[in-house]
Amino acid sequence: MPKITYISSDGAEHVVDAENGLSAMEAAVRNNVPGIDGDCGGMAACGTCHVYVDRAWLGKTGAAREGVERDMLSVTDGAADNSRLACQIALTEELDGLVLRLPSGQH
Amino acid sequence: MATPAADSERARTIPLDEIDVSAPDLYVRDAAHPYFARLRREDPVHYCARSAYGPYWSVTRFNDIVAIDTNHKVFSSDASVGSFVLDDATLNPVNGGIFLPNFLGMDPPRHDIHRMAVSPIVAPQNLARLESTIRKRTQHVLDGLPVGEAFNWVDRVSIELTTLMLATLLDFPLEERRRLTRWSDVVTASPGTGVIDTWEQREKELRECEACFRDLWNQRSRQPPRPDLISMLAHSPAMQNLSAEEFLGTVVLLVVGGNDTTRNSMSGGVLAQHLYPGEYAKARADRSLVPNMVSEIVRWQTPILHMRRTALEDVEFRGKRIRKGDKVAMWYISGNRDEEVIERPEEFIVDRPRARHHLSFGFGIHRCLGNRLAELQLRILWEEVLERFSRVEVVGEPVRVPSNLIRGFVDLPVRLHA
Repeated sequence: MPKITYISSDGAEHVVDAENGLSAMEAAVRNNVPGIDGDCGGMAACGTCHVYVDRAWLGKTGAAREGVERDMLSVTDGAADNSRLACQIALTEELDGLVLRLPSGQH
Repeated sequence: MATPAADSERARTIPLDEIDVSAPDLYVRDAAHPYFARLRREDPVHYCARSAYGPYWSVTRFNDIVAIDTNHKVFSSDASVGSFVLDDATLNPVNGGIFLPNFLGMDPPRHDIHRMAVSPIVAPQNLARLESTIRKRTQHVLDGLPVGEAFNWVDRVSIELTTLMLATLLDFPLEERRRLTRWSDVVTASPGTGVIDTWEQREKELRECEACFRDLWNQRSRQPPRPDLISMLAHSPAMQNLSAEEFLGTVVLLVVGGNDTTRNSMSGGVLAQHLYPGEYAKARADRSLVPNMVSEIVRWQTPILHMRRTALEDVEFRGKRIRKGDKVAMWYISGNRDEEVIERPEEFIVDRPRARHHLSFGFGIHRCLGNRLAELQLRILWEEVLERFSRVEVVGEPVRVPSNLIRGFVDLPVRLHA
């Protein structure tokens, strides 16, 4: 069970023990982490699970993928080179300790 | 207010290839549901060879709609190859219409540049700034309503609140705000549906709209930047070389997008709670349900019935051969009633699990830009309505908009109970 830390824009930390195989969006929604809605259910199609990957972890998560994820991030305010859609990050033991920061006011 | 029996029967017996869900009269009677139910079951990607808008495909299942909506490389929105609505005359210079190009009718990369020039107006920081204004206005409008006598909710509440909001976003003269309502109605109208009589009249009124906004633009571009939409556009580097057509096209997109949609969700929510009084009682007893109720209203109403794409190449989709140039309609109204994805989809359930998982805002890069603002306005409206009234009773037959694009109301007679 990888431990994931979500940090809100106001600095509040939410630590979640995620089930292997979930996405970082699903783990957040199931544990009521505020600021991640996941309206489309994990298709990279709504942009409501935008996160900034802590730079120390970027090598392991990888950058946003070509295709729908990149396309959505290119129409998302405040997107940066460490932006990902959390629904496209599959959680594995390798990501135990992952730190994700949430943009300000993502609902 | 249920589907007319004649339509239920006809939907059951008509040969599949004769089903045409684009006929606006279906939406006047709110009678399209049984036709869509049959298509979802028997022919979910359906070809209609003859309609008032020419041949077109209908995509009717939730997940198929998401697949089309997110595949903008094959299913284009670009005005150069078609339109994002079934009726070409709405936005293109054909069959009496005029050219109204805007970023919803663009593919990347231009789409992204234009969209990002507009998006700060609905950024979270800006919404936080607007919340107290919205609440004060909502309270004012509701406090001015008569209790115990019949009135038209559409005009007194839905139009009034959404037009005030739009005027604020545009910093449009408040006393002239009903011109915005009129233009919004004119854009999506065609002759013979009660809004305009001729295409010439439509063009004339839209040219007046253009002239009015041109003046505002010129005025704002001479002043320092301010946080209103016109000023933002006037000072945006990406928007400096807009043609007259693109200017009008962008303005009408913002006017319709910020007006018709939320307006009809404000009315649809009233009809929903009237038909499901137990749900209203639930929300009254537990106000924390309001955000979920708002998502359910937006799903249940589905104020945009369809969005259309145009195939850029021959493609096989769910066993059907869609050809380059074919029109493909994604029927959000049908996807939002897809029983394989949404349980008891025809019912209005304020505490529905995963209520945000609906198609009304679309998915992919063209997803509704103002959805957070719409939700904010609806949340405040229902918080204030629940606070004031034990019941909002619909006291007459609703009059619906004759359109296959906008699912809306002209008249919704109601009586408030203290």
